Parts: sequence; structure tokens; C-alpha cells
Amino acid sequence: MSRVFVAMSGGVDSSVAAAILADRGEDVVGVWMRLVPSGGDVDAPRCCGTDEAGEDARRAAAALGIPFYALDYADVFGEKVVDRFVDAYAGGETPNPCVSCNQHVKFDALLHDVVRKFGGDRLATGHYVRATTGRDGRRQLLRARDASKDQSYALYMLGQRELARLEFPIGELRDKSETRAIAARFGLATATKAESMDICFAPGDYRELVRDRAPEAFVPGPVERTDGTVVGTHAGIGALTVGQRTGVGVATGERLYVLHLDTERRAAVVGTRAEIARRTYALTDVTFVAGDPPSSRFATNVVLRYRGIPLAGYVDVDRSHATLDLEAPALVAPGQAAVFYDGDEVIGGGVVARSTL
Amino acid sequence: MERVYLDHAATTPVDSEVAEAMARILSETHGNPSSIYAEGRAARSAVDRARDEVAAAINADPSEIVFTSGGTEADNLALRGTLRARRDERDGLVTTAIEHHAVIDTARDLERHDGARLGVVGVDRYGVVDPEAIRDAIDERTSLVSVMHANNEIGTIEPIAKIGAICRHEGVTFHSDAVQTVGALEIDVREIPVDLLSINAHKFYGPKGVGALYVRRGTRVATMQTGGGQEKGRRTGTENVAGVVGLGVAMRIARERRATESPRQSELRDRVIAGVRARVPGAVLNGHPTQRLPNNASFCIPGTDGESLIVALDLEGFAVSSGSACTSGETEPSQVLLALGMDRELAKGSLRVTVGRSTTASQVDRFVDALSRVVARLRESAAVAV
Repeated sequence: MSRVFVAMSGGVDSSVAAAILADRGEDVVGVWMRLVPSGGDVDAPRCCGTDEAGEDARRAAAALGIPFYALDYADVFGEKVVDRFVDAYAGGETPNPCVSCNQHVKFDALLHDVVRKFGGDRLATGHYVRATTGRDGRRQLLRARDASKDQSYALYMLGQRELARLEFPIGELRDKSETRAIAARFGLATATKAESMDICFAPGDYRELVRDRAPEAFVPGPVERTDGTVVGTHAGIGALTVGQRTGVGVATGERLYVLHLDTERRAAVVGTRAEIARRTYALTDVTFVAGDPPSSRFATNVVLRYRGIPLAGYVDVDRSHATLDLEAPALVAPGQAAVFYDGDEVIGGGVVARSTL
Repeated sequence: MERVYLDHAATTPVDSEVAEAMARILSETHGNPSSIYAEGRAARSAVDRARDEVAAAINADPSEIVFTSGGTEADNLALRGTLRARRDERDGLVTTAIEHHAVIDTARDLERHDGARLGVVGVDRYGVVDPEAIRDAIDERTSLVSVMHANNEIGTIEPIAKIGAICRHEGVTFHSDAVQTVGALEIDVREIPVDLLSINAHKFYGPKGVGALYVRRGTRVATMQTGGGQEKGRRTGTENVAGVVGLGVAMRIARERRATESPRQSELRDRVIAGVRARVPGAVLNGHPTQRLPNNASFCIPGTDGESLIVALDLEGFAVSSGSACTSGETEPSQVLLALGMDRELAKGSLRVTVGRSTTASQVDRFVDALSRVVARLRESAAVAV
């Protein structure tokens, strides 16, 4: 019989994923990833990688009667998720740490270990997304059945190699109430827990973390209009995000947004909504679920932020780079993922490159 | 799947005779050993019999046995109790770099919070403590020397008779954590000049949560807790009667079987070592080649990490350990292995195999088979993406 490992965070979703597989009679093994050193300085009650979450995961596995292991991924998480997060903000980008965690920790380091070290056949997680096999035998990645919980945006980087080994049992559930009902049926204590929305390793205000780790990004600089007129000062690039509304301009009654962060001059360029004229963005690190793009230029609906609305546009692919042409102008922060959809199916995606405004 | 348990240094299964004796005392004797009426006398007498068994096993006097909640408490009582009792005259504590956490962390705590002067003596590449290094570390203010009888991770047996003689000559109290050796090796406290000796029942087929500290008559040990004055005030609190009874029975059985069981286990241990050497290329034996516990085979396996070895072997049906592994889910190399001068990367691939009474040659052979497969897979994995 094949053996499936379940990445258990201690939360209800991954516990239920394990319960569904165990209920099917599969040979299930629970694993929990330590993501921060024990007793470390990241004191986040909601973080899935802390001791407390590990205890919850262990109890859930025990309730299901499956083997359980706590595995240490603190090094890779610190380097590929937390450090990159800080570096990105300090460099005027808006990172997506969930994407980095999925890409480097869960579906690279952990999947590798499950298959190569522990002899597992498959890895399951508690993500709200569906993986199916199409008529051509290729694996497909689809939005969760419960669209309101869909997490496919943060999983666009999965390819055939990974999807051949992956399962997402709760992506098939109709809604969260069904998840909670299953949790209750299996006596999982996680059934009544609240959902987390914060950045897991930086609860509250993430700027504190960035300020702590990259103080050089908190040197004040000028706030300028696109014509170079200085209209104020800001506290530091690290505290700003492209697209965010600024306090500047209140006196004149204008609503001004950060259009661009110039790290070399420490300048924040701001403008009105009317000045957001960009329809074209360069993308890097572009990947496709099928392995190849549908064609070198294809029409798609692109999502530019977590739970964002799909926007119509075209993608021109050049190996791992692409140009995104939106039908209507939109303001997107560099560092965010641009994910291509065809209906509910994820085609692929890439990272929005720093603007060359 | 039949499970094969090869982690007897972590804990041992409770002997059925021990379990029966404990069940009997729990159901038949409910008295408090301090009570003067019949029920109390019955409980007291059960505790006394256990004390006699423990004393007999190490050739001590029953009055020299203090029951504790286990090895950790015995170590804490030995270190803290001695330093406190003698603190007006002496404040020095000497121990080694390969002690169990119960000793080394207690020593560091005494240094940090009680002003103890701590000396930590290193070991050679086999983990052997040089008695002369202990002599050099002792000065006129040294209160206590603590050196384990055998190391829990690598199995090396320490020259405690020589170290004890030095301590006695210098007028220093000598403690030895013998948690790994009581029951496995012959210990005669009339032969070995040891003043304090830690004992833990669950390492020799007794229950968890009970142990003892041997305190040589005349040795000053201050109590760590106050209360009703049990154990002559050295470890106050109503006795864990069933646990103590279990300890006593386990001790007697261990003594009876030692002469046949220790050589039998040594053979199995050597079978593990030979098998691993033959089937796992590059495996390094940790600890002393001959001066080691009869049941301990400890290795470092290059190109692997302890955590992966344990998980993969568990899924194949084998229970083994990586070093002491009191901290799960964290992959820091063992302090003991680093103290031997081992490279950090190599130390991460540590594996401890400890045989026991139920271990058979066929189990050992199956284990070696599984290990060679797992190691090959782990080494391959380093070179392959998903």
C-alpha cells in the first residue's frame, strides 16, 4: 500500500486533511514542521511552526491514531522565507511569504524529504485547492470547490513533478462548515479554533520585524510626485508598499498612492489614481503547471494579489520571463505574484519585477 | 508489522514480575508508610524490603538509600544538596563535558544562580575521562566531583574507581550518575570510593518516575525540599510506595540475571557493530571500542542525519535513537559527540542502538538490513531533487 504523509500545522484544515485520508484507510503519517527555533524570539501564537502548534498537531495525530513526527525546517524557513521577506521590503518590494513558504519549504524541502528520505509516496496538505488528473494524463491545479477559501494563488509554482506527489483533500469540501463537521466527528480539538490572517512569523505589524532586521530601510526620504516635485518626507522605504495610500496630500484634498519606490534615492513616488497608467508589467521566475505555456502569447485572467479579482490580459512568454499586458491599468507592487487562470484552472504564474518607471 | 525495540538506553519495558508486584501493592496496601497502625506498617515494610534490595544490589547499607522520583532528581539532589551542605567551606564543582543534562545543566544552573565555581573536564576521542585531569581540576575549594559511570549516548565506561580514589584523597565528595550501569554492571560501593550514586528504575525494567540516590554514610547532603521529613529529611514527601516496590523487584531481578544477561547482550551489541561495519560503508563507532556498556552500539553515519534515520527506521518498524534526543524536532548535534572532537556534520548523523533482554540475533540482523537500505536511500536523496 502506498504511504501518504500529511503536513500538519496544528490547525483545523490540515488535521481534517489527515482525518479524511485516514478515514479512507490510507497509510497516513503526520509530520509537523518546526519553522522557528524552540523558545525563539518569534513569539507568535498563530504561527504554525511554534512549539504550541506542534503540540496541537501531535494531539490531532494521536486522536487519529497515525504516526507523527516533528521535523526541523527552521533553517530553510529562516533563510528562504523570513530573510527574503525582510530583504524584499528593505528593497522596496512587497513580498508574499506564503508563496515563498510553499515554494521552498513545503513543496521543495519537505516534499523532497518525504519522498526521498522517508520513502513516502505522496504528500498531502490542508490547502484549499484541488489537484486532478486531466484527460491527457497531466496533473491540473484548480481553485478549491469553496471559492471563498481558495488558496490556489499561493500555489501557482507547483509543476507536474510536484503535483504527481501531492494531494489536497480539503480542496474538495464544499465549505468551511464541512471541514469543521469532519473535525468534530473525529474529535479533533482544532474544531473551534479561529483562522489566522496575519503573516505567521510577524504577527501584528510586520514593519517591526523589518525595522529590527533592516534598520537601514528606515532612513527618511523624500515623497515626490511623478514630475519630481517634493511634497513631503517618509519614515523609510521599509515601511512603504506600492499601492498603499499615503497621508501626503490630505491638505490639498488629493488621494495619493505610492506608485514607485526608488531605493537608490530613498524616494517614494506618489500619484493619484489617474496617474496609475500602467498596463504592462515584466514578470520573472515564470512557471507553468503543465510545464509549458499554452502558447508563447496567450490570453488569461490574471490575479495579482491573494484573493484578488481576476483581470483580463495577455502574457508573452520568453523562457522564465514574461510580459503581462493588462486590458485596463492596474497598480501592482513588485514582488507580488501574478497568477494566470483559465476559469478555475491555474495555468502558472510569475513574480512582478521591480518597475523601471 | 512486528516492532523491534532497540532503544533500551532510553527506557526498558517493565518486567511482568515488577508490574505484578506493583499491581498487588496498589490493590492490597493502601497505608501511608508514616502511619503507626497496621496499614501503615504494611506499607512501611514494603518500602523497607525495596530499600534492602536496592542496597544489596550495590553492597550498600539500606540506610544509605534515598528514594527519589528518578535519575534527574537523584542527580539534582546530589549536586545541589552537596554544594549547599558544604557551601560555607567550599564552592567548587567539577564535572565533565559528556554528562547527562540532569548533571551538566544543574551544574551550570548552580554556577549561574548560586555562585558555584564550575570546572568542566574534557574527554578523549573515545569519551574517556582522564582521572589526572580531574585531579588537576580539583583545588582546595572543590566541594564535589561528578563523573558519570557510563555515558548514555556513546556507552563509554568511565574509570570511576580511580577518580573516586583521587577525590577521597583530596577530601572531595564524589558523585557518579550510574543510571545507565546499575543493573547492567557490577557496582560495589565498598570497593568503589563513590559517595553519591544515582539510580533510575526504568533503565532496568522497572517503572518510570522512581529512582534512588545512594548516599554514603557520613556524606553531607542538604535537602532540596521541605515537608514531612520522609527519607530522613533528605527527600521529604509521602513515598511513592508502588514505584519503590517496583524499583526493588526490578533491582533484584537485574542482579539475578546480570551474570547471564550482560554477556548475552554484549554478544548482540557486537553483532550490531559487526553488522553495521559490514553493511553500512563509512559508519564510525562512537565511544570506546571495548570499555563500553554491554548493550550500547553508537554510530555516526556520514551522509545522513539522525532525525531522518530515526523517522525512516521507525516507519520500517524499528525503534532506535539519535544520541540522547531529549529534544525532538530540533537537529542540533549532540554535545557529547562534539566533546569527543567530532566534526559537526558527522555528529548530525548519529545513531544509538541499545539492545535489551528481549532482543534476539534475528532482530539484530533484520535491523542491520533495514539500516543499510535506509542509509543508502538517505545518501541517494542528497543528490536527487523531488
